[in-house]
Amino acid sequence: MSTLLEIRDLKKSFGGVTATDGVNLSLTQGELHAIIGPNGAGKTTLISQLSGALRPDAGSISFKGADITRRPAHRRARLGITRSFQITSLVMEMSVLDNVALAVQACDGHSFRFIKAARKISHLRERAQEVLRQVGLADRAALPAVELSHGEHRQLEIAVALATGAELMLLDEPMAGLGGEDSARMIDFLKGLKGKRTILLIEHDMDAVFALADRISVLVYGRIIATGSPDEIRGNADVRHAYLGEE
Amino acid sequence: MKSLDRTGWITVGVMLLLGVLPPFFYWIGNEFYLLLATRLVILAIAAVSLNLILGYGGMASFGHAAFVGIGAYAMGIPVYHEFYGGFSAAASTNGLFQLALSVGLSALFALITGAISLRTRGVYFIMITMAFAQMVFYLFQSLDEYGGDDGLVIEMRSELPWINLDNPLQMYLLAFLSLVLAMGAVHMIVNSRFGMVLRGAKGNDERLITLGFNTYLYRLTAYVIAGAICGYAGWLMANFSTFVSPSMLGWSRSGELMFMVILGGAATALGPVLGAAAFILIEEILSSFTVYWHLPFGLMLIGVVLFARGGLLGMLQGRGPGK
Repeated sequence: MSTLLEIRDLKKSFGGVTATDGVNLSLTQGELHAIIGPNGAGKTTLISQLSGALRPDAGSISFKGADITRRPAHRRARLGITRSFQITSLVMEMSVLDNVALAVQACDGHSFRFIKAARKISHLRERAQEVLRQVGLADRAALPAVELSHGEHRQLEIAVALATGAELMLLDEPMAGLGGEDSARMIDFLKGLKGKRTILLIEHDMDAVFALADRISVLVYGRIIATGSPDEIRGNADVRHAYLGEE
Repeated sequence: MKSLDRTGWITVGVMLLLGVLPPFFYWIGNEFYLLLATRLVILAIAAVSLNLILGYGGMASFGHAAFVGIGAYAMGIPVYHEFYGGFSAAASTNGLFQLALSVGLSALFALITGAISLRTRGVYFIMITMAFAQMVFYLFQSLDEYGGDDGLVIEMRSELPWINLDNPLQMYLLAFLSLVLAMGAVHMIVNSRFGMVLRGAKGNDERLITLGFNTYLYRLTAYVIAGAICGYAGWLMANFSTFVSPSMLGWSRSGELMFMVILGGAATALGPVLGAAAFILIEEILSSFTVYWHLPFGLMLIGVVLFARGGLLGMLQGRGPGK
């Protein structure tokens, strides 16, 4: 399997706080790689540097062999990197279907098209409907996004990321705030995605992480202290000490 | 025939009234209302263009009157040189030439100032657009050749094929048709793929960027389109009043355009027209009682913002307060 994303010596600090401290990581095509770590370990900061929302101080990121360290966020998205947000990030005043259709539109060439009504372009709408069916939101399509429940917002967040068709999905705590049943449904859904997309998953829900991940990296104070299969991580003494809180 | 919703019917109804009533008054010998309506319609075009960026794009430009002024001066200055010599390359009474100049220069000004302004957000965007507009204001104020502070009297209206702008009825019909076209164009744009990106970026810029849209370029494009339409309104205004002065592009004029959009109902097709109508009516009625007519106007605006978020159109639709 080939390497899709390669991170080398990535560094980022905010004032005196080093959020990313020399991270090296590579993602193989098709794997689901989870990043775990205590609060404040720099997980979201890492994802933001990969998506382009933040610029690293040093180090490099390459995607499919091309150096993207200095590419702006919208160009990375075009290359096939998408992210979901820990705090739901949708266009709340637009309908559920419009939110997903915009994501479909994003991977359908440029949008400097002024004439035809976007809501009448059938291939955009149909593809968006299809994605909504996949995540189980088809019956919510016409509602304004703001009217969905928290659990549905998390599903829609994933639907939007999915609809871009991006090869690499950076998922920032998709289970955040989900109750047992919703959480289980999300795990099932991500299981279904496995192998079809390359996924970098940040998650606090350990059941989810160990059920889903092919490999796990443990991030503590901006450093990756261990990378390995779920079993290896479970048995790693450093990890138990630093993160799982056992001694 | 495509089916219309309630808002659609209100829009069609109001526009029909606006198309028929003023010519009717003119026909029964009351020219005053036709002239009043002409000014209303031209201001409405400017407000429609502002609505594209303010209402749909979330860009609170506080310098939109600059485009009206640039469009108007670009009509008046060629006429001035035609009559008084000097700078013969620009001397012309040809309406199409003036029109191209008005729209072209406004679009260019929008491109340059937009490219800079749109790098900022929120209050900074408001301040920087206002600053650019004030630059143009002081530029024309300092150009003594074109009348400086006193303004420039335009000796002759634009010469156009088939249309005689000295005829008030033809002037009105041209302005009215232009308004209908401008509304149609903005309606088409905001519902296109481009418009979905523009509106999406207003709601959540970061999300749209993450999807792969360079939202800056989309905003800038909308800004240039709005500037061009507004420059056209300026060309009409210069033809209507045969006079142009720096006061046309002061910041208070920009504020009035903002009032119209918000008062009428931002991000709606008809809102800016209702806002312009309300503005003209209030100005006409209140200013006959007091020179301080801006005070009650301001209070009305506060009332609308506080109690009827959808603006005048929202009230007509019978939506509750706060939407």
